Amino acid sequence: MRADLEIIQQWIKPGHHVLDLGCGDGTLLDFLQSERGASGYGLEINPAHITHCMSRGVSVIEQNLDTQGLANFDDNSFDVVLMTQALQAVRRPDKVLDEMLRLGNEGIVTFPNFAHWRLRWGLALSGRMPESEALPYKWYNTPNIRLCTFHDFEALCRQKSIRITSRKVVDGQHQNSWVARLWPNLLGEIAIYRITRENSQ
Amino acid sequence: MPDPLPADSVGLVTPQTYHFDTPLELACGKVLNRYELVVETYGELNASASNAILICHALSGHHHAAGYHSADERKAGWWNSCIGPGKPIDTRRFFVVSLNNLGGCHGSTGPSSTNPDTGSLYGPDFPVVTVTDWVNSQARLADKLNIECWAAVVGGSLGGMQALQWSLTYPERISHAAVIASTPRLSAQNIAFNEVARQAITSDPEFHAGRYSNNLTLPRRGLMLARMVGHITYLSDASMGEKFGRELREKAYKFGYDAEFQVESYLRYQGERFSESFDANTYLLMTKALDYFDPAYEFGGDLAKALQGARCEFLVLSFSTDWRFAPERSEELVKAMISARRKVSYAEIDAPWGHDGFLIPTPRYTDVFTAYMDRVAREVGA
Repeated sequence: MRADLEIIQQWIKPGHHVLDLGCGDGTLLDFLQSERGASGYGLEINPAHITHCMSRGVSVIEQNLDTQGLANFDDNSFDVVLMTQALQAVRRPDKVLDEMLRLGNEGIVTFPNFAHWRLRWGLALSGRMPESEALPYKWYNTPNIRLCTFHDFEALCRQKSIRITSRKVVDGQHQNSWVARLWPNLLGEIAIYRITRENSQ
Repeated sequence: MPDPLPADSVGLVTPQTYHFDTPLELACGKVLNRYELVVETYGELNASASNAILICHALSGHHHAAGYHSADERKAGWWNSCIGPGKPIDTRRFFVVSLNNLGGCHGSTGPSSTNPDTGSLYGPDFPVVTVTDWVNSQARLADKLNIECWAAVVGGSLGGMQALQWSLTYPERISHAAVIASTPRLSAQNIAFNEVARQAITSDPEFHAGRYSNNLTLPRRGLMLARMVGHITYLSDASMGEKFGRELREKAYKFGYDAEFQVESYLRYQGERFSESFDANTYLLMTKALDYFDPAYEFGGDLAKALQGARCEFLVLSFSTDWRFAPERSEELVKAMISARRKVSYAEIDAPWGHDGFLIPTPRYTDVFTAYMDRVAREVGA
């Protein structure tokens, strides 16, 4: 399993009801169901991923966050709402964060850091939009339309009174390296945040 | 039947009739003392009877879902695209049961059958049956076939409603329900279309208050109109446009009222053919079963509450251009399932065929359906 998923699964307790926004082929949910005794749903729009989820017995709902939102989910109906590597691809990440914490006690968000030194270096040196393993697209065809840095994300959380209860930073291979811990906004490629509402425990 | 027979066909099939003589209490309060159900099966029931799939038919459907009744039969069963060796409902793995519902006109007891108590035709005296009544009669059929629990109950449109009702009425007797191109209840517009169809039939002078058989006639005109209006709701604007456009049968306008546009003659032909093979009283009854279906009703309109009782997993599929039971109706059902914390997977199939999309094997539909049913098969060791 991908290292970021490996970290996330440790935070899910038996019996947790989980919503995975952009669940991909259902790897994480499948694992959480069979190994963690959790339940829940994945949201996905990629047809091949949806088929894959169905064949492995993951409850998957075809739903587009940008056009359909999350209004069909009840307040406080999940223990955890997950969003791995998809926040940067939605039209309004700020609204999605609000929705995540409306539905769930806790949110877990992972996204690529646009302030990673290699991206900064690439932009500075070549004067062109940077590409990396975590961001392997061209500027004109990238699904990642809302790229941000760790600092940006944390500022947004402060502004929204969202409490960050934990942050783990990994490199491009999803390894939890000591270098990334040292100076995350420069050296970390992907961050995994646990967030809750300010007033919740 | 094509020669040679395609490898993915169930081939020749022979319907069987099952007799029931334990009285069946109906939602309307009446009781059917005796009745018959005509049934087709495909594939083999395994030793543990765990691989059985029930197919529920839609408004004008029947037991003949796959294969051919004879070498001369030109058209295969109505869901031949999805049932057969290697198809989504794979008959090499599943034992598939398909019946004609009570009130039907293809062999099961209905308005065109003889009432054993009176010796004359039921006609309009046949009780109005509901989706729940059908499910109850299907449960008795399951008893006869020694099927304790269906691996899945599967249906499109009105068939999907039966699958949904199964999950609520017999939660312990169903592992999966596939609710395809369906809805948890009809909208006012849906009921309105049904009412137009009923009015077309009952206002036909040949209808004779449903006793047309006694008068040795048939309300052909009314049934044809009912089918024509129904047929329009099964197709999409785009698919009709693609099929017919504004094409004329002859080159120029004739400034008269004959069928000039191809779409007119198509609808007339479909309507006429239907009016010769379908019973008008059955059509009325089936539309009422549609109108009455509303599992949330006894839960104060709260569908999620109704679904609390379900234990099975659900597959819900909708079709992008279906305006009869639009994707929003399936999403309403899915929302309630999520609120009730039922296991559900949902996909909206992008297909141009309107409501009829559930009968047409577009690649994505086939992929999703196959993936889900393959998992059901693995689960039951089939």
